[in-house]
Amino acid sequence: MNESFTFIASIAPTLLAAVPMTLVLTFLSAVIGNSLALPIAVARLSGNVFVRYPSAFFIFVMRGTPLLAQTYLIYYGLGELLPGSWVQQSFLWPYLREGFWYAVFAFSLNTAGYTGEILRGAIEAVPRGEIEAAKAYGMSSRMIFWRIKLPRAVQICLPTMTGETILLLKATSLASLITVWEVMGTARQIQKVTFRVYEPLLAAGFIYIVLVFILTRVLMIVERRINRHRLDPVAA
Amino acid sequence: MLSKIFKGTMLAAALVLATSAVAKDKIRVGISPEAYPPFTSFNAKNVWEGFEIDLLAALCKQMDADCPIVSIAWDGLIPALTGKKIDIIFNSMSITEERMKVIDFSDKYYNSPAELIGGKDAPKVTTTANPDGKGGMIANPADLKGKTIGVQTATIHADYAQKYFKDSTVKVYDTADNHNADLVAGRIDYALLDSVAADDFAKANAAKGIEAKLIVPGDPIFGVGAGAGLRKGDAKLKDKLNAAIKAVRASGEYDMVAKKYFNFNIYGE
Repeated sequence: MNESFTFIASIAPTLLAAVPMTLVLTFLSAVIGNSLALPIAVARLSGNVFVRYPSAFFIFVMRGTPLLAQTYLIYYGLGELLPGSWVQQSFLWPYLREGFWYAVFAFSLNTAGYTGEILRGAIEAVPRGEIEAAKAYGMSSRMIFWRIKLPRAVQICLPTMTGETILLLKATSLASLITVWEVMGTARQIQKVTFRVYEPLLAAGFIYIVLVFILTRVLMIVERRINRHRLDPVAA
Repeated sequence: MLSKIFKGTMLAAALVLATSAVAKDKIRVGISPEAYPPFTSFNAKNVWEGFEIDLLAALCKQMDADCPIVSIAWDGLIPALTGKKIDIIFNSMSITEERMKVIDFSDKYYNSPAELIGGKDAPKVTTTANPDGKGGMIANPADLKGKTIGVQTATIHADYAQKYFKDSTVKVYDTADNHNADLVAGRIDYALLDSVAADDFAKANAAKGIEAKLIVPGDPIFGVGAGAGLRKGDAKLKDKLNAAIKAVRASGEYDMVAKKYFNFNIYGE
């Protein structure tokens, strides 16, 4: 037992060195994915079938296939198309050689699919009375969307989005498949080199718990701030 | 009454003992299901095949033992061995010092060199004297300066690349299949892997410009070759296996099996 702790202490620096990679992957994918979710949710609610169906199809595919398959297909699948193509001569090639950008791309699209649908539900859940009140004030439908529907929808779905972000943080562990060595991938590398099965997993699990704890605290502050009007005035 | 039951139990026990004395020894062999042709793979008919499977059959015949194959993922092989779920690992496992800390090995049963492969735009690689001055040769790091080299994680090839190719980017992949895919995609310039696997891959992808760049000279990092992994302290099985390896080498049975798969000396020096 004692020996296990010594071993964990010896691998901790290697694992901690991979934490920034996990955080950067999570942060970039959350920002890009959630930004993409808005147009997707709006398109999903559009009266025009040529806008609504593609968006519904995108959500269906992103939610219907494993993230592992998406990541793999985006990296190695696109790789099949690369040999001899113009991409290899372009200025983007130094970036497109790296698994990192493919991982961000895959995680962002996946997040956009899930959050797009959540946001769609939240927009539809905005109470009718509030929208009618806005109409009574003479607001245009565009103004109603930006002033009433969207802010209210964000308030409504914020707790769910916190959960999605935690899932995303853990999903970044798939990046090691495409040569991006984040915390979980690094733990698996240590397993293979040292032939210790449990200690690297325990250590990685502990790191994730700490990260998730910090993340939930931060998002809770954001949530409180955005929903501050709903707090008990005395407690607040 | 009691004595009758006692007698019956004794008889049953004696019978069990007698039959087990006649039955062959059972050696459970761990092999990972990841295909590693031409050494081990699981064919379309759900049957194991390859050089190691044939060699294993020859060795088990020599030892007069039953050798059921247990399919266990590569990462889980050593834990399964130490956890007594299997008795030997027979899966192209290189004999390394790091592994020797945890398990024992039989004598080597083959030793194939490492090889650098690359796309047609990548120049051939030369060899140069090892800077440690002990007279060994290494793949010339100057030829690989600024290049990206793919290796599989936790392999002797990864260790070698990380030790000698200081001015290159060494990209670590979880499997060899994945660095091969990226070599074809042009994301890496070279891949360093076992020559047998490299030859197979280069042959299959010759149309895409993949070719051999260098057979890497032997190095202490590469170790002495592949041996059967054994539990520490399982000296009886180790002696038996080593004797069997010696016997099939001497009888020519080894060469007969090897000739089926390789056109060079797979046993090494």
